Amino acid sequence: MPEYLLSVYGDEAEFAKQEANTELITQMYAQVETFNERVRQEGAWVFGGGLHPTSSATVVRGSNDADAIFTDGPYIEAKEQLGGFWILKAPDLDAALAWAKDASIACQGPVEVRPFQQEPDAS
Amino acid sequence: MRCVPSNRSLTPVNAIERTFREDSGKAVATLIRLFGDVDVAEEAVQEAFVIASERWPVDGIPPVPAGWILTTAKRKAIDRLRRESSREDRHRQSALIQAADAPEEVGPVRDDQLRLLFTCCHPALAASARVALTLRLIAGLSTAQIARAFLVSEATMAQRLVRAKAKIRDAHIPYRIPRDAELPERTRSVLAVIYLVYNEGYLATGGDAVDREALRREAVRLARSIVDLMPDEAEASGLLALLLFSESRAPARIAKATDETAEKRWVRLPDQDRTLWDADQISEAQQLVRQCLSRNSPGPYQLQAAIAAVHSDAATADETDWAQIVQLYDHQYSLEPSPIIALNRAIAVAEIDGPRAALELIEALDLDGYYLWHTSRGDLLARLGQVADAAEAFRRAAELTDNPAEHELLTERIVLLAAQA
Repeated sequence: MPEYLLSVYGDEAEFAKQEANTELITQMYAQVETFNERVRQEGAWVFGGGLHPTSSATVVRGSNDADAIFTDGPYIEAKEQLGGFWILKAPDLDAALAWAKDASIACQGPVEVRPFQQEPDAS
Repeated sequence: MRCVPSNRSLTPVNAIERTFREDSGKAVATLIRLFGDVDVAEEAVQEAFVIASERWPVDGIPPVPAGWILTTAKRKAIDRLRRESSREDRHRQSALIQAADAPEEVGPVRDDQLRLLFTCCHPALAASARVALTLRLIAGLSTAQIARAFLVSEATMAQRLVRAKAKIRDAHIPYRIPRDAELPERTRSVLAVIYLVYNEGYLATGGDAVDREALRREAVRLARSIVDLMPDEAEASGLLALLLFSESRAPARIAKATDETAEKRWVRLPDQDRTLWDADQISEAQQLVRQCLSRNSPGPYQLQAAIAAVHSDAATADETDWAQIVQLYDHQYSLEPSPIIALNRAIAVAEIDGPRAALELIEALDLDGYYLWHTSRGDLLARLGQVADAAEAFRRAAELTDNPAEHELLTERIVLLAAQA
């Protein structure tokens, strides 16, 4: 069955502000957990999780001939960054978009849907 | 194959052309269902037509030309997939097995086209891609034709099509009629694409006139087939009626070049010679509007068609039942409160309560970036004798439109006003 990446993007400064509002955050986590539970029950779950802010990110450039180069921060400097994602199994794009709609409501932000390249072997 | 008497009047070349026009889209749709691959389907159908052009002149026209094309294309697709299956993935092999096992089809399946239409008009595709795909896969227009109609280069259009087809394949956009819960929204998207196709053929007189006429004809044909495929969808009938009313006026819309005007130019509705309107199209459209009314589930296309019907009832512009038109706009506005509908309503109000009342309504609308707002304002100001303000409004309108025919019309009005001042 095809697999899709559902990415949540948002303004990190806004995220930080929201973090202060515990009531809002608790509610959002509860919504996301309810969504995750439904995904698992319907057998669509592959993986999912929220990410720490990009200030915690490190970019690595590896090479066979030299030491790897490490850079502090995200690969792309942008106001809006990836905040979390799911990998879900869905029979087609309509099913993936239906999940994304519910995911977007649960995490209160836009969700980008991208198909993975290969269909996994065991189907 | 034997030549049957009913086809005797047709030459093989005409038969191929007719079959291509009427059935190539259907054959592509059926092959996409069978093989799950747009490119395989398109190529196989093209190959089938190439073979037809060699064989039909020798063997005669087959009794069921569309069936012949479909069977031949299916065979070609299976050949190709067999050739490629050694290096391609198992996905194709399984498609091949499925298709080879499927019962032989007598003719294209109606639902296949509807399925493909929903795929082409999928909301995950950009609006421009939806229109292009629909014209390519459903209407069977060539990439070059679509490119000319949209005034972009063939390379740009080819790239747009390739990208859209790749997204259908990679993201697994399904080939199916949407579930009931999604159907109304998805049907709106299909109707919007058909309407866009028509408008593209209607709005500009620039580009190739023949290609533009082809777009309008295809839009009417698509609207007709969606009415046929979804007879319970009142908005589809409304759209078909709307397009037919618009088509009925086509002969009166463009004035022939005369001694004074070297170029063709647009004729506005009140100035059109109504004896040129196509009576057959009008009566078909009126029949559709009556059917819509009896269903009593009004929507934007049905209401626009109803307004067009009121215009078509008037033998001269002066006899137009403006009160009824205002009422229909009120109804439309209640369904879809947009300033553009309010603008159209105000133009109708001018015919009942006079230009000053209408001008007040128009000035209250926030449509400064819309050329027709300026055109309508200029119109009303001119009728109130405020010549300089009217000319200024027409100038603003001209700045905001790229349409050469509209431009021409506006420039002409500015010149006429200057003569009055």
